[in-house]
Amino acid sequence: MSDVAVVGFAQTPSVRRTTGTTNGVEMLVPIFQEVLGGLGLSTPDIGFWCSGSSDYLAGRAFSFVSAVDAIGAFPPITESHVEMDAAWALYEAWVKIRTGEVDTALVYGFGKSSAGHLRRVLALQLDPYLVTPLWPDSVGLAGIQARLGIESGLWSERAMAEVVARSRSDARANPLAQLSGEVDVEDLLAQPYLADPLRAHDCAPITDGAATIVLASGDRARELCERPAWITGIDHRVDSPSLGGRDLTTSPSTVAAGKAAGADGVSVAELHAPFSHQEILLRQALGLGDEVGVNPSGGTLCGNPMFAAGLARIGEAARRVLDGEAERVLGHATSGPLLQQNLVCVMEGRD
Amino acid sequence: MTKPLSAPLEVGFDYTRSLGPTLSRFMTALRQRRVTGVRGSDGRVHVPPAEYDPVTAEPLTEVVDVASTGVVRSWSWAAEPLEGQPLDRPFAWALVLLDGADTALLHAVDAGSPDRMRTGMRVRVRWADDRVGAITDIACFEPSDEPALEPLDDDGDPVTMITSPVRLHYRHTASAEESSFLRGLAEGRLLGQRCPACGKVYLPPRPACPTDGVPTAEEVELPDHGTVTTFCIVNVPFLGQRITPPYVAAYVLLDGADIAFLHLVLGCAADEVRMGMRVEAVWKPREEWGPTLQNIDHFRPTGEPDAPYDTYSQHL
Amino acid sequence: MAKQQAAVVGTGQTHHAAKRLDVSMAGLCREAVDRAMADAGVDWPDIDAVVVGKAPDLFEGVMMPELFLADALGANGKPLLRVHTAGSVGGTTANVAASLVQAGVHRRVLAVAFEKQSESNAMWALSVPIPFTMPVHAGAGGYFAPHVRSYIRRAGAPEHIGAMVAVKDRRNGARNPHAHLRQPDITLESVRASKMLWDPIRYDETCPSSDGACAIVLSDEPTSGAAAWIHATALRTEPTTFAGRDQVNPQAGRDAAAALWKQAGITNPLAQVDVAEIYVPFSWFEPMWLENLGFTDEGQGWKLTEAGETEIGGRLPVNPSGGVLSSNPIGASGMLRFAEAARQVMGRAGDHQVDGARTALGHAYGGGSQFFAMWVVGSERAGVR
Repeated sequence: MSDVAVVGFAQTPSVRRTTGTTNGVEMLVPIFQEVLGGLGLSTPDIGFWCSGSSDYLAGRAFSFVSAVDAIGAFPPITESHVEMDAAWALYEAWVKIRTGEVDTALVYGFGKSSAGHLRRVLALQLDPYLVTPLWPDSVGLAGIQARLGIESGLWSERAMAEVVARSRSDARANPLAQLSGEVDVEDLLAQPYLADPLRAHDCAPITDGAATIVLASGDRARELCERPAWITGIDHRVDSPSLGGRDLTTSPSTVAAGKAAGADGVSVAELHAPFSHQEILLRQALGLGDEVGVNPSGGTLCGNPMFAAGLARIGEAARRVLDGEAERVLGHATSGPLLQQNLVCVMEGRD
Repeated sequence: MTKPLSAPLEVGFDYTRSLGPTLSRFMTALRQRRVTGVRGSDGRVHVPPAEYDPVTAEPLTEVVDVASTGVVRSWSWAAEPLEGQPLDRPFAWALVLLDGADTALLHAVDAGSPDRMRTGMRVRVRWADDRVGAITDIACFEPSDEPALEPLDDDGDPVTMITSPVRLHYRHTASAEESSFLRGLAEGRLLGQRCPACGKVYLPPRPACPTDGVPTAEEVELPDHGTVTTFCIVNVPFLGQRITPPYVAAYVLLDGADIAFLHLVLGCAADEVRMGMRVEAVWKPREEWGPTLQNIDHFRPTGEPDAPYDTYSQHL
Repeated sequence: MAKQQAAVVGTGQTHHAAKRLDVSMAGLCREAVDRAMADAGVDWPDIDAVVVGKAPDLFEGVMMPELFLADALGANGKPLLRVHTAGSVGGTTANVAASLVQAGVHRRVLAVAFEKQSESNAMWALSVPIPFTMPVHAGAGGYFAPHVRSYIRRAGAPEHIGAMVAVKDRRNGARNPHAHLRQPDITLESVRASKMLWDPIRYDETCPSSDGACAIVLSDEPTSGAAAWIHATALRTEPTTFAGRDQVNPQAGRDAAAALWKQAGITNPLAQVDVAEIYVPFSWFEPMWLENLGFTDEGQGWKLTEAGETEIGGRLPVNPSGGVLSSNPIGASGMLRFAEAARQVMGRAGDHQVDGARTALGHAYGGGSQFFAMWVVGSERAGVR
């Protein structure tokens, strides 16, 4: 089987509200031009297209259909779509390349969270008979998880604030971040609760945005890119949806995916943690030590474009390899309530 | 570029969900002020019930009664309740492990203040007065060491369905290109745009030309007459219909446009409409105009000779 | 390097009905899944990954329902993918599941597709009034009826062809115990007497609205004797509307078919394919897709139908299961086509078995005839003839 690498990545700025449509076209047109232009490719050069997005984020059926307009998909293209974060579209594209049918793929995800009330929309991801009728919101649920970890001694409100301070500080180097700046941990801890024990800064912002990655195999990757980020392992798993039946202080699906993807030995990890305590949880699940730089982009706490944020984590991690800054990196994506589903992608440079 | 138009988009529906045997028993018991769970393959009692075992995926059918009292495993404070949530005053979301259960149930606790909440506290079910066989029959939990209200047997039929209202509120935004088209309509003008790559004229204009992936740009004002490319005669009544059937829904290709759009053709018997028929817009009274294609009430025949098939065959 | 061969080793489907009020969504899926696993002779530990397909989430009012279904789908601790490509999704899901085996990533994959339309109202979900958008005033069939008219004009097809397809598919459906509509006594006269809903489409030429599910077990090796080996898969997409788009004979469908036949080593589809399960939600789409798929030249598809060649016993039996015209659980409809094609070459199609079927087509399309998914399955491994 042919090796597959990330050869290009582009993303929009993470912003609180775009003026564009919910089908993402306005966000996708420029990043397609950026990523393809950077590689000297055009639409017909891409063997497979795959996207991730959500109808409920847009508030209407088939919202992904118009996104295809941004491609200029005529002559027709080979294309698929997942109703998941686009990190899983990347997985599908990786599989497609591994079959040998194509040697390039473009993956994209987009979301305009500002169109609806995200905390309520996400209640529709819960059990429709037993849980959704209560309309639990995503922040309230995360608060329950955060407290479990705090009271088990796995993390603390201070440790969570430290994650936020580090993320915002790191995001100063990321011009596309929605939030950034130097913040003091004591000041953060003095803030009021949003959903005790969570404060507003513990929660990812509401973000509109999109991201895209180009994958290529073997020689094609070497041809397109000086230092491809070779995918040495990629795996994803899901846990039970039962909120009161699974241990919310860990993530068996992350542990298993990390093991299968070979998380050991990475120097940089971009973790898709929409809440500060989840970064700590994921770090523990993946066994990442203090020597691993986590979320140097600022991570999801500084910009959370739903259905693109997981793909962007893989892109941000890959970029460290593409730029020659790192040898071996990890990108993680999550989907569903309270880290129910997780994907780990390990990449490395080969000099 | 003009600022895009936006408007509220309401998505609301009362979903009707059939329950199947396992959930049906749970919901029927709730109506009787009883909480039940199911025994899992490993002996654990799942509350709320799991239809299929989380470990073995086997169907679970052994119903186990549990208490309406229990202990809080974890919680968060909802200072500003949202639409649809169990209480309209501040409350706690909590995972409650009911006595006799091995998994915790998510619900609200009416504690009044976060100061009254702690992990490990005892709570009991506050039953809703009017119970229908739904998770909301548990109005919420309340801090208490006392038992909850006694079960109230009824001889009603088993609960087999629930109704789940979904009410979501969005703000829908038109693209900048479509917005200029809509603003043109408000003035009685039909403003298309040409794709800078392929030169085709799109009406409405597009944020991305579907064949080239670039926004349409150069404005092209189009006349309000054109050709019916194809059509159907609608004979079926349906929800939200505006006109009494039969009537014609037709693709109209305006002169100078490279793409047709669907509209109504009236002003002649439905069976007189033909592919190739020449039609013109019948506008509503000016005072009713807004940023919508509905300013054109319908199209009607112009009486001109039909357009030759070749002039529109590539638009079918 | 040649890719790993993959085969369907088991299929299962629910009884399809307008309202399956006896089951939950999980129960509906499991009815199909349990049958597929029994057909394949496999158990949960044998399954490496699960792929779920479903049309818009608004139909059931659950965002990404595969998440709450993870227990029921035996997916916990395993990879779970959710595909959504509109009406073609059941077919795309099967293709994605096949690629997981073909890429050597997994040995055995469970693919599941479902729709429980009775949870809401598909007409509603598809017609939530979107601001600034012109209401079409036409309803569900109103989108496709004008294109059917275009086909009739272009091909010069006689008016009774649509009714002929309806009679054939509904009679075939009567042989299929899972079918939603089973009408052994339907006649050309009764179809032509049924109400003209969206002229030129009559009531009896229209698919029903169904609750239902379908499941397929794919494997790198046979598990239960018979296997349907996947000889080719194809996916193609084009935009919903664009200047000069051919909406009768879309390029995406033609391209997908050309790629499919080439991959399968088929040079004369009409001669080399024994049976086809084609996504025909309105009867006229049979001749339209026969042309689009390259079974006939353009404008000639209706002649194959008129000559009775698409009946069981004809040169190319089309939809011996009764097809979408007999059962339409939207998200599952495409996978049903793919599964029924597999059943044929496995010799497990029961009363609608086409004698000696060795090579079969499964076909699905969606959106405004813009998403296409197809596969060719055979009773022998690819390359063996």
